[in-house]
Amino acid sequence: MNEIAEHQSGAHASRSTYWLVALILAIITMLEVAVFYIPFLRTAIAPILLVLSATKFALVAMFFMHLRYDRPILTAILSTGLVVAAAIILALMLLFGALRLMAPA
Amino acid sequence: MSTHATTFGVPHRKMAMWVFIGSECMFFGSLIATYLSYKGKSVTGPTPAEILNIPLTSVSTFVLLMSSLAMVLALDAVQRDQKGQAKLWIGGVIALGGLFLAGQVYEFSHFYHEGLTLQENLFGSTFFVLTGFHGAHVTVGVIWMATLLVMAFRGRLGPERGLDVEVAGLYWHFVDVVWIVIFTVVYLIQ
Repeated sequence: MNEIAEHQSGAHASRSTYWLVALILAIITMLEVAVFYIPFLRTAIAPILLVLSATKFALVAMFFMHLRYDRPILTAILSTGLVVAAAIILALMLLFGALRLMAPA
Repeated sequence: MSTHATTFGVPHRKMAMWVFIGSECMFFGSLIATYLSYKGKSVTGPTPAEILNIPLTSVSTFVLLMSSLAMVLALDAVQRDQKGQAKLWIGGVIALGGLFLAGQVYEFSHFYHEGLTLQENLFGSTFFVLTGFHGAHVTVGVIWMATLLVMAFRGRLGPERGLDVEVAGLYWHFVDVVWIVIFTVVYLIQ
């Protein structure tokens, strides 16, 4: 079996799974917007939104980008990029004192 | 077309796209870091709370998410040799991507008329650079999809081209996940 044929025979999600994932993504987006407008959630808005955002990110990566069904090396490559990106964000925010600004008084 | 796989059993082009995506994570990570580092440090307005339009951006976010659905359905159609469906879904990706870009053009021009420019304050500089680079990536994606649509109309987008569509799809989905982060960090957490 050549590489392309082998590649195409790999298991991918079904169409119904794609539609279900899209529905979940739409619902999470609505939740995010709702959280933004609900006053009593203001104090916890950042962690709630970051968790919802990470869930959407993971759903797209796992199902639409097929990481759930693909070789683990691809997940490792993406994870490496994300870890370095997170380190850059934290390092720059610490250097510029931005984390201190975001902390509650 | 090359049919060689890497030692990991992944086609070269697909592996190259994933490595590119990994490097793009660092690129957008740097831009997001810059935005967050300068957040709240503008000495003049307009500020994010004064100018950002959440309802409009929520619709744009939904549009981009649905474009990812269209993309994955296009890949599925190509792999199953359903040529009509493939044209429909690739056309859908282009239409939704174009709609997202139209929203961004409207937003940028509205901000400009409200006094927010690249040079106005730190928020303007970091906001336009971050969202502008994302918009540039979407534009490249739309052009890429347009080339696939032309191939589809010429009858040259069969299952043997599945890898081409998958690699283009990976790029498109990455652009989508970057926007998921930008929408949360820039628009919702003010």
